[in-house]
Amino acid sequence: MSASVGLVFVSHSDKVAAGLVEIARQMAPSVAMAAAGGTDDQAVGTSFQKVGDAIRAVNSGSGVVILCDLGSAILTAETAIELLDPPGHEVHIVDAPLVEGAVAAAVAAETGAPVAEVIAAAQSANRSAPDDAKDPPAAAGGYRRIVTLTNRDGLHARPAAEFVKLAATFGVPVTVNQVDAKSLLGIMSLGLVSGATVEIASDESGGAAAVDALADLVESGFGEK
Amino acid sequence: MNLDQQWAREWVRLAAAVLSEHRLELVSLDREIGDGDHGENMDRGFSAVTGKLSQLPGEASASDIFKLVGMTLISTVGGAAGPLYGTAFIRAATATAGAQTVDSDGLVSLLTAARDGVVARGKAEVGDKTMVDAWTPAVDAAAAAAQDGSDPAAVLAAAAQAAEAGALATEPLVAHKGRASYLGERAVGHRDPGAQSSALLLRAAADAAAGA
Repeated sequence: MSASVGLVFVSHSDKVAAGLVEIARQMAPSVAMAAAGGTDDQAVGTSFQKVGDAIRAVNSGSGVVILCDLGSAILTAETAIELLDPPGHEVHIVDAPLVEGAVAAAVAAETGAPVAEVIAAAQSANRSAPDDAKDPPAAAGGYRRIVTLTNRDGLHARPAAEFVKLAATFGVPVTVNQVDAKSLLGIMSLGLVSGATVEIASDESGGAAAVDALADLVESGFGEK
Repeated sequence: MNLDQQWAREWVRLAAAVLSEHRLELVSLDREIGDGDHGENMDRGFSAVTGKLSQLPGEASASDIFKLVGMTLISTVGGAAGPLYGTAFIRAATATAGAQTVDSDGLVSLLTAARDGVVARGKAEVGDKTMVDAWTPAVDAAAAAAQDGSDPAAVLAAAAQAAEAGALATEPLVAHKGRASYLGERAVGHRDPGAQSSALLLRAAADAAAGA
């Protein structure tokens, strides 16, 4: 597996940017992430130098995804990309809610997803409700298991991230209560708490192994009980 | 008379002086409808430019000077003004690359490239209550003056006058870009600080050419 996509968080506040790394790091321990917050003298604002340094620091050749806060952070990031030295980095600025987008992008990057999927994961945070859930696929045949969440936190935060990472290791589409099993925010917004019943399903032939692995993970209680 | 690197140096020197002199005015405009730092930011940026320019060899071209100004502003002006003005000067550097002197048509190209840089970066249009409201009338007036056969100093004088009128004309507008866009109708009655600093910059360019 090639190196994961790198992430840069640009904020007017060094504390916000550093906090984003802190939150996202919890679910994506091996992803290269850098904070570019505040001006060069730690005042409120953004720094061309910090953004450029951050991009160079996290780019291992698989591309870099940037999330920004207010308007001028985007201008600074765009300018930094245009004038990046050396040039030739694949860098994308994604318009997404900062915290939810950062977490979703980090988890996608952790699974080794290519840059387009990391961008899509961050953008999925723009949806307030899981649209996928309103439109259940016609289930003909396929394989499904119904399991009960036993761990304290249900399918939230760390367990959800663990679930999504495992789902991403299988090449077949799997759903959790009709939401894409690879969509962290989709799963988290289902609000599945301890004791909830979860249907894990795949309509694909060959999806059984993935469904079993994910159902076993849920039944294992994610090691938290 | 065509303009050379002496003019570019003098423009930057006058711009630094005028932005320092108008620091409080810009701070006060920005406090009304923004985050209040525009005057400080521009003064800090051009102070940094002045320091760096003194280290640039005397034979450095206008293009070299503009590039230095652009890179320094991007690095030292916090807020949106850094990338916006920085991009404007870097595009101006590209437009004048390889030229020893700039004639009236060259000036129009320079100003157009700078304005296009601001538009590309900020994605604002005329009427959005931004610096574009000073730059675009300035470019149009410069083009008209060059068309009429004006010399470079007169082209810049026309540009500066149009920029000042454009900045004044931002007062009744509702902002559609930048921090002031969060204020809606409350921005009406206040001049856009970016348009005002653009007008000051272009007046400095004209004054530098008039004294050349």
